[in-house]
Amino acid sequence: MSISVKHISKSYKSVNALQDISFEVKKGELYGLIGPDGAGKTTLFRILTTLLFADEGTATVAGFDVVADYKSIRNSVGYMPGKFSLYQDLTVEENLDFFATIFGTTVEENYDLIKDIYVQIEPFKNRRAGKLSGGMKQKLALSCALIHKPKVLFLDEPTTGVDPVSRKEFWEMLKRLQQKGITILVSTPYMDEAALCDRIALIQDGKILEIDTPEAIVKHYPKPIYNVRANNMYQLINSLNAYEHNHSVYPFGEFVHYTDNRTDFNPDHLKAYLESKNLSNIHIEKTIATIEDTFMELAK
Amino acid sequence: MKRFIGFIKKEFYHIFRDRRSLFILFGMPIAQILLFGFAITNEINNVDIAILDHSKDATTKEIINKISASKYFSIKQIIEKEADIESVFQKGHVKAVLNFEKDFSKNLIKDNKATVQIITDATDPNTANTISNYVNAILQQYQKDVNKDITIVYQIIPETRMVYNPELKSVYMFVPGVMTIILMLVSAMMTSISITREKELGTMEILLVSPLKPFQVIIGKVFPYIFLSIINAVVIVMLSIFIFKMPVEGSLFLLALESILFIISALALGILISTISATQQTAMMISLMGLMLPVILLSGFIFPISSMPLPLQVISNIIPAKWFIIIIKGIMLKGVGIQFIWKETLILLGMTVLFIALSVKKYKIRLE
Repeated sequence: MSISVKHISKSYKSVNALQDISFEVKKGELYGLIGPDGAGKTTLFRILTTLLFADEGTATVAGFDVVADYKSIRNSVGYMPGKFSLYQDLTVEENLDFFATIFGTTVEENYDLIKDIYVQIEPFKNRRAGKLSGGMKQKLALSCALIHKPKVLFLDEPTTGVDPVSRKEFWEMLKRLQQKGITILVSTPYMDEAALCDRIALIQDGKILEIDTPEAIVKHYPKPIYNVRANNMYQLINSLNAYEHNHSVYPFGEFVHYTDNRTDFNPDHLKAYLESKNLSNIHIEKTIATIEDTFMELAK
Repeated sequence: MKRFIGFIKKEFYHIFRDRRSLFILFGMPIAQILLFGFAITNEINNVDIAILDHSKDATTKEIINKISASKYFSIKQIIEKEADIESVFQKGHVKAVLNFEKDFSKNLIKDNKATVQIITDATDPNTANTISNYVNAILQQYQKDVNKDITIVYQIIPETRMVYNPELKSVYMFVPGVMTIILMLVSAMMTSISITREKELGTMEILLVSPLKPFQVIIGKVFPYIFLSIINAVVIVMLSIFIFKMPVEGSLFLLALESILFIISALALGILISTISATQQTAMMISLMGLMLPVILLSGFIFPISSMPLPLQVISNIIPAKWFIIIIKGIMLKGVGIQFIWKETLILLGMTVLFIALSVKKYKIRLE
């Protein structure tokens, strides 16, 4: 096991940031921690990167205990905090050189590992890191976290605040890194990114809701789910919320995802109800649950 | 070692790219030493005075000539009646009025006694005091010249001799003080700010999750500032020697060693401050309030420690700057060697070791 977490709990003054968290990440796995802001993802990352002590429970990273062997862990992991944490007044190249040096290596030695990423920012290598765009900053941060060829890579919300194109590229890079045998633990609040992980843990309010592959999590969704659309979105949501048989109503792009609490649900009944509420252009069709639906259902 | 050098290189990038801080770093010592040297001074030069001469005889003329010939005074106005005294002061034209009594010469010859009144504007008591002392000195000198040939039976003329700073140049007093302040400020404030900046920007998190050891981070942070502080100390000593013609009586080598000791103690204080503050602003406030004020007020730089109330005298002992000022005054002005200042040096050394031990102990290897 690359990462093993057993019954970790952690609380700040009055907040229970993490409650009895346990999971395991296999070697070479791309593992996602999916949850909203404040779910406890960053706290968990900090415990695993030896920056915080857990109140209870134990954890190992790359076979080392996070408390007793913290020095060994600091030698063998790469960490990219949620906040952009490079030196803004140093250029791209200087940042990379600096991180290579403090890990006792050189850029040339591990260049093949970061090549795919670094070529994209290389044209700007003499630019100060503070002047890069959001996506570039993340690529540089990833390069810096990778430069010493870590066994385990911790990425705390690496794509928050990054444009969709850069986000997509970023995930493609992670996939390639995974093929090189690096274990990756990544957290994200974006549900669409969850589908790109090998396995995911859904986390909310410091508790893990479910752990499985993205496909299995979607498959486990207990109810048939419907896309509903009408001419007036706002009124549609209000009407659905007022409908006595509704189980869940979530806006989802141009649709509303709707589930019913009856087992013998007939869409035509719903359509008639919505028409009675003066809605027109009503479409109701069955759809497949997404990870977000599952999350909402579990978080209920 | 390569890691350490890489870290120091990075620190120098930070320092040289932050133009504003760099300007403060090197501009401040120069500005301060010039300010203290020229503007804030206890000496008087070309003070404007007015004369009210009721007798207008040979003696008063001679005295007036002597006064106006001195570089300390220039006679701005001659007034004719007592009533004008008030008005020249109120207009603020002059700092002092000399009022010679009527029949000055005659009285002097007849009674061996004549009176001149020195009226000074005491809104600035220090200057007023100095003016009256200077006038007295000139009058006494004149008296001596006149009485050269006559033996006067009883006349006690106190003769004061100022040692170490015979001309009572205030810049000699300020240089050690300013040097202490600058070294304290640069070393303690700059290091504490540069360490808390890493915390604030989140880069400390990455540095912690790296194989760098705490002492490597601390020494790496401190090293560039030792270097810069030494440059500052050299600049200050050069300025005082070449611009203010201040003599350095003692050994420059000893002065350098003692300065480095003080710099290190200030740096250790800076690290200590950074361990207890989370933001750059807190670090700056603590450095300014917690270090600067005691250094200025309690170190004996401006106010003599012996005239402080007892509790403050006791407190002044824990201020490293007090000992450093004693040391450099000894070296620069008295020209003493280590045998006279070993006690102060030892105290400073003890404090430095204590600060370093405390800051290494308090340096957090985790976030909490």
